[in-house]
Amino acid sequence: MHRFLIRKLITYMMAFVVGVTIDWGIPHLMPGDPVQTYLSQFRLQPAGYAALYSTMSQAFGTNMSALAQYLHYWKGMLTWDLGVSYTSFPTEVSTMIGQALPYTLALLVPAIVLSYILGNRLGAAAARRKLLDNSVLPLGYVFQAMPYAWVALILPYLFGVVWHVFPVSGGYDHSLLPSWNWTFIWSLITHWFLPFLSVFLISLGGWAIGMRNLVIYELENDASRYLRALGARERVIRRYAYRNASLPQLSGLALALGVVVGGNIVTEVAFQYPGLGHLLYQAIAGKDYFLLQGIFIFIIIGVLVANFIIDLVFITVDPRTRLSMQGAQA
Amino acid sequence: MSQTVLEEHASSPAAPGARPVRGNDFLYYGLRNKKLLFGLGLELLLILLAIIGPLISPHNTTDFYKLASPPSAQNWLGTDSFGHDIFAQLVVGLRESYLVGALSAICAAIAGMVLGFIAGWRGGVLDEALQFLTNVVVMIPALVLLVVIGSYLNTRSVMFEGVFIGLTTWPWVARAVRAQTFSLRSREFVDLAKLSGKRATSIVVKEIAPNMASYLFLAIILLFGSSMLLASSYDFLGLGPSNTVSLGIMMQQATLNSALFYHMWWWVFPPGMVLTAMVAALLVANVGLDEVFNPKLRER
Repeated sequence: MHRFLIRKLITYMMAFVVGVTIDWGIPHLMPGDPVQTYLSQFRLQPAGYAALYSTMSQAFGTNMSALAQYLHYWKGMLTWDLGVSYTSFPTEVSTMIGQALPYTLALLVPAIVLSYILGNRLGAAAARRKLLDNSVLPLGYVFQAMPYAWVALILPYLFGVVWHVFPVSGGYDHSLLPSWNWTFIWSLITHWFLPFLSVFLISLGGWAIGMRNLVIYELENDASRYLRALGARERVIRRYAYRNASLPQLSGLALALGVVVGGNIVTEVAFQYPGLGHLLYQAIAGKDYFLLQGIFIFIIIGVLVANFIIDLVFITVDPRTRLSMQGAQA
Repeated sequence: MSQTVLEEHASSPAAPGARPVRGNDFLYYGLRNKKLLFGLGLELLLILLAIIGPLISPHNTTDFYKLASPPSAQNWLGTDSFGHDIFAQLVVGLRESYLVGALSAICAAIAGMVLGFIAGWRGGVLDEALQFLTNVVVMIPALVLLVVIGSYLNTRSVMFEGVFIGLTTWPWVARAVRAQTFSLRSREFVDLAKLSGKRATSIVVKEIAPNMASYLFLAIILLFGSSMLLASSYDFLGLGPSNTVSLGIMMQQATLNSALFYHMWWWVFPPGMVLTAMVAALLVANVGLDEVFNPKLRER
């Protein structure tokens, strides 16, 4: 058991190191000199250009050797110093991430958790019940099949342009100054609702359909048949089926929450919602490498932690996993 | 992004190595499964539209007509703010979406199956190493990789997008194949095949692969759908093919040119509606197929 955990931990640490290295390396594969690209937008005189070039190279650390840059990068990461953004020079990358993170978390965590709860209930209820299965489930397939970009087009069209109920873009009303009063909070909530709804609807379909299939499998297995043979009530059998079916769903939830820190880029871009996804988009559009690297460190950590939690949860919750892992070791 | 479609279904246990049913039985149940018939029918209709649409469309995507006009006899689905015909864009976009989906599903299936079989069959250190590779590929920021590779190319084609998506999504296939191979390789019929002195590749191909064929088939169908969604996301973010129109690019253009605020519903609705129908039909057909392959799931 301990040996297994230690081995897992080592694998994850190695994956982390490799991930960080790739994250550092990818921007270096880009053609062109980032400082040159950055300065080319200013139309400078040659003398001024040379002076600025050397200053900026020093500021961004691009004049160091690759190895020195790599080590510097690790040092910076461990001290939460992710460098300075190109596009909004001289803002620190960590500051920008810090500002965007609350929006992303407030948007995605409720959307995923609520859709998980409701979707699982719906799916479990629909399994092996003809009426629900034929009415609710088709809607689930449609929800699951909708592209984020399209939902982010039609929801604002219906709720914003046609019915005038909700604002269609931004994180808050830009005529307001961010402060903790009710007008501002209300503005935050109304701007939050449509992006939330679009992520919620799309994830809802996935959870419901996954749960429906899993519960059907559970209702057909020997344990359920045995319960039925013993004369247990259908409600009881379903309760057990639901609990057993929750395991794979739970790992799906952990994975979904693991990538939350990357934001939902399409939804956030379409709604101009100031979260991490939108920041990521800006970083890509502006070729802002430090910002990209900073956000991806976040994503890597999120994915790895989520996977590790899945491993742990499965070992503690499901004895079969424990057995199969020992078997795999031998 | 749209990976959830696949994850969801990959996680459902499609009992490996059961039911040695003959093909006729599949056909029998397949022709009587409403979900399969509906999904397949809708999908075939859309594929037909993708093939003959560009031929019957009276306009092509680059011609100019009256700006931002609603649907009419001349422009069946109206025109966008640049005066391009929307029906023409839609059918070309449809074709490109299917191309991307098929290409990436094929690439991901091949890569995922080869690596999954090797890891599951050999086990040990090789398995450890391949799992590590899988985790690394999952971790690589695909978006940034796309930007970096894209910046070296003069034009980003549909081919490139399809192969790229395939080569970044194979881990889901590989994980599933590995797990199933793991559970199958200690079965008696596999031991028997080993005793008979068969080579490993022939055991994998002839004894193990057929037992998860239905499962693999379903996984690839789902991959096909989720790749089309993923491609639409890339296109929407401006990272899609640069030499053609696609459904994602149509949605991007509609957003960038504030189609919403000019009430150009004929520009906003069609691309996403068609894409939703394409993927939903696949999902429904997939559930139908699942019921056909797996007697436990059939409606009673």
